[in-house]
Amino acid sequence: MKPLRDLRPEAAPGPLPLAVRGLSVAYGERLVVDGVDAVFAAGKMTAIVGPNGAGKSSLLKAALGIVPRVAGQALFFGQPLAAVRDRVAYVPQRAGVDWDFPARVIDVVAMGLYGQLGLFGRMRCQHMTQAMDCLGRVGLTDFARRQIGALSGGQQQRVFLARALAQRADLIVLDEPFAGVDAATEKALVGVLHGLRDTGCAVVAVHHDLATVPVWFDAVLLINRRCIAEGPVATAFSEANIARAYAAIPANHA
Amino acid sequence: MGADFVMLSLPPILVGVLAAIACALPGNFLLLRRQSMVGDAISHVVLPGIVMGFLLTGTAAPLVMVLGAGVAALVAVVLVEAIIRTARVEQGAAMGIVFTTMFAGGVLLLERSGASAVHLDVQHALYGNLESLIWLDATGWASLLDPVALAGLPPELAQLAVTALLIGAFVAVLWRPLKIATFDEGFAATLGLPVRVLSLALVMVAAAACVAAFQAVGSILVIAMLICPPAAARLMTDRLERQVGLSLILATVSAVAGYVLAGHGPLWLGLGGSVSVAGMTATVSGVILAVAALAGRHRRRAT
Repeated sequence: MKPLRDLRPEAAPGPLPLAVRGLSVAYGERLVVDGVDAVFAAGKMTAIVGPNGAGKSSLLKAALGIVPRVAGQALFFGQPLAAVRDRVAYVPQRAGVDWDFPARVIDVVAMGLYGQLGLFGRMRCQHMTQAMDCLGRVGLTDFARRQIGALSGGQQQRVFLARALAQRADLIVLDEPFAGVDAATEKALVGVLHGLRDTGCAVVAVHHDLATVPVWFDAVLLINRRCIAEGPVATAFSEANIARAYAAIPANHA
Repeated sequence: MGADFVMLSLPPILVGVLAAIACALPGNFLLLRRQSMVGDAISHVVLPGIVMGFLLTGTAAPLVMVLGAGVAALVAVVLVEAIIRTARVEQGAAMGIVFTTMFAGGVLLLERSGASAVHLDVQHALYGNLESLIWLDATGWASLLDPVALAGLPPELAQLAVTALLIGAFVAVLWRPLKIATFDEGFAATLGLPVRVLSLALVMVAAAACVAAFQAVGSILVIAMLICPPAAARLMTDRLERQVGLSLILATVSAVAGYVLAGHGPLWLGLGGSVSVAGMTATVSGVILAVAALAGRHRRRAT
């Protein structure tokens, strides 16, 4: 087997936050991710871009073990996820959960403390302070005691980011964080994510808006079931590569 | 409230309360996972399982009933999947077909078998036999401290007390994982929580509550207690901790009020006799839900 590709080893000493190799995902008979190789570097904000049904979310979910993979592997900081869970935070699609759930904003953020607290650890002052601090970073301090269903979509997305911040991870993986959010949320999210990147955290986000890729992101992974292009935005995010990614999908796509 | 109460009323009230609590506790999570239908299905398929268990072994021992119910639940799951695939209907319809058919099959089996000799018959399957759970050894409140008299308590009481305690321990120990996985399964999985095992365990706990409560209170009350107290509590609060606590209070109130109203309600209305405790308890829980739906301010539509 050939060694994992490392695009910029000099820029990212130590094991890569996330490297996937030959990753394939199928739903029933349909292959939605087909042998994707990709690496995500520390201190970089990487967009995963491709048309609808290109397997962007599935790639991340399979890497994180949320959906089964039919082939391939994912290494986090050079190890299987189980060994480094406390260094990885995942922000699912906002639409994937029931916001009518009986919880307040602060309760959801506190879920990010599970890694520290475990089954029985008491929620102490310091934990509350930490959760409130995370809420403050996304600009929702005043909403701590609101019911989550009473928030706008953008505010809910920020609650999810605050929960991830509470995990104090070195890799944060976001599924469509900018889908259907207001301008204020967009600004808040980008600000926080850039802040994380600048402290050496790896940020990976499924993204659908081509126009903002060069503005917000450092690197890009273009996929359409297969990997189309990967690398710094300046080189990989070319018109030719985008056209290839959004070209008609091969015949066996339903 | 003297010797008569302790002998005749206390055991059925306690059994009713314990059954209501054992069902309402897992019912909270099934409700939030939109799986209340699963609880409904379980409480139905338990009947043919128990009858088959009895027919095959000749006893109505708790273990036989639990195993029979477990096998029936497995058969139901397989059948639901098979119907979804072959008849191409949606899951809710498939479950409706399977559990009503299996329940009806259980009723037929009951009618044609000798199971009625051990309190397994159609009436008991629906309404249980709460009224017959009396404590003959009791001579007054002092009997609660008398080991000899306590040994004569209806076995259903100890059975349900243990079940309710175990279910309470399950929820208490796994509170955080249950809460996180119920709200956001994908996120829970990345924390390393065994989300599939949790989901299965929850269904199994609900099944255990159904089986334990089934013989004493019948399937109608089981279904009502799995859904009504949690649903009413959900309408009264926006916090999971309070919802679960409230649901237990409402379950207790339903069981006690159900017993009192079943015994005295017809008399108060100028009618003679009494009505089924299980039926009255289920009705009370339904009325509580209706009142909560009309008065509750805490339910907001998710945006």
